[in-house]
Amino acid sequence: MKLTLKIWRQSGPAENGSFESHVLDDVSEDSSFLEMLDQLNEQLLKQGDEPVAFDHDCREGICGTCSLTINGYAHGPENSTTTCQLHMRKFNNGETVTIEPFRAKAFPVVRDLIVDRSAFDRIIQSGGFISVRTGSAPDGNSIPISKVDADKAMDAAACIGCGACVASCKNASAMLFTSAKAAHLNLLPQGQAEKDARVINMVNTMDDSGFGNCRNYGECSAACPKDISLDYIAKLNRDHAKARIKEIFS
Amino acid sequence: MFSSSLGKKYLMALTGLVLIGFVFVHMAGNLQVLAGQAQINAYAHSLQTLPWFILWGSRLFLLASVVIHAWTAYSLIIENRKARPDNNEVEVTKRAGWTSLKMGLTGSILLAFIVFHLLHFTIRTIYPEYAEMTTTVGSTGDFEIHDAFSMILAGFKHEIISVFYVVAMFLLCRHLAHGFSSVFQSIGLRTEAWQRKLNLIASGYAWIIFAGFSIVPVSVLAQKHGLYEFYDPSFFVSEVSEKNNTSNLLNNES
Ligand code: HEM
Ligand code: FES
Repeated sequence: MKLTLKIWRQSGPAENGSFESHVLDDVSEDSSFLEMLDQLNEQLLKQGDEPVAFDHDCREGICGTCSLTINGYAHGPENSTTTCQLHMRKFNNGETVTIEPFRAKAFPVVRDLIVDRSAFDRIIQSGGFISVRTGSAPDGNSIPISKVDADKAMDAAACIGCGACVASCKNASAMLFTSAKAAHLNLLPQGQAEKDARVINMVNTMDDSGFGNCRNYGECSAACPKDISLDYIAKLNRDHAKARIKEIFS
Repeated sequence: MFSSSLGKKYLMALTGLVLIGFVFVHMAGNLQVLAGQAQINAYAHSLQTLPWFILWGSRLFLLASVVIHAWTAYSLIIENRKARPDNNEVEVTKRAGWTSLKMGLTGSILLAFIVFHLLHFTIRTIYPEYAEMTTTVGSTGDFEIHDAFSMILAGFKHEIISVFYVVAMFLLCRHLAHGFSSVFQSIGLRTEAWQRKLNLIASGYAWIIFAGFSIVPVSVLAQKHGLYEFYDPSFFVSEVSEKNNTSNLLNNES
């Protein structure tokens, strides 16, 4: 198939970016979106042009490194799919595909399509962990956890931290990410001791990083490749309110 | 507590809940216009003669709710603009509808409406003569009270004003259809399983509010244009007489 690619090019964080168009012939329908970009880069290299910089790592939908806003959709128009798992058969021959970086003030562009998502790391560093004595692994089932809670915690832990929630949110809010990371630990017995400090610190770091505020549109969950539920946002709202009220009385 | 982004959402949700409760009571009170002059005037009089601390306490509470609600709304909107300085070349929306995306717009028009409405019927600066409208009640007929009924009829006989009220109530309906369900998400009491039901409840509530408020201006205009007699026709006579001298003569004779 033949495609016209309208791609965001930006040589550095302080530089102004703009769109550049490239025509790519002989794209296999079986190639993934990233393989198609590899093909474009080979073509650019042969022509002696700068290849397009984009993020990727596992290419199997589990690491959360790939990004890209494709035709306006974070990770492309397919539901529950990362860009690396998106295939070119989902596009039409002759189509123009617009490719942009994940746009948010908290995700500054590093180069072309690569954005700096270390704000997510800072949120995790401020509470997305439990402080325990490390050592040999505990015996299985030594801490009883209900199936319901274990399932909910697992669903939250499915978040790969790709940032599609921020990119798809009209307000660049990081609530879905933050809430999933907080809920994953808040639902489990091991997470209880630090629960209140966790939500307060993670929300503070989220605010300080320049993310927007949740307006309950639900765009994040619709774009999430792991289908993280809005229930976790409600839970973060609830846990945060409880923690703040306890703070007043202590 | 309220300085964080979530804190502002709590404030917005709680003040929104206050306003949700208020608009329902206000709408139910207004429906007494349909029961006629005596009923609505007695109701209006009973409100105006509440002990001052209850009357002014409620007024201040409501005013504070609107101010806090609007302040948090605008501060969140400004922060959100800053958080997403560059728009996507292609902007798509997967799930959110018009109602939720335009909360700031419907809210801002509501704010303008609230100011107009207070100047129109409460402070009565737009038509100062509304304050002079009085009527006498009681067995001796010498107890003078404000004639809310005549004021409301006079107010809604203006087509432009009535249309503005109905449009504002439609926007209120849309604002509430998202807001009433959104509140529960913001204070952490919603689950996706409940969201569908809550959206239905919110939508039902919003349309009841729309219908309940709109029926008053609509009925006044309907009667003015001879479609249906909701109220004592003598309140509409002067209007007819200006246009039609014959009917004026007839009225005087009878
Ligand atoms: C009669 C007046 C009003 C009522 C009954 C009302 C009610 C509500 C409710 C219940 C919410 C949902 C809160 C939440 O999601 O947590 C809300 C949200 C909102 N309101 Fe109002 N409101 C009124 C007036 C206004 C005004 C005057 C503004 C003007 C700025 C405004 C702007 C907003 C905005 C921007 C939201 C945010 C919606 C969102 O988070 O998606 N509202 N309102
Ligand atoms: S590259 Fe790892 S999820 Fe896409």
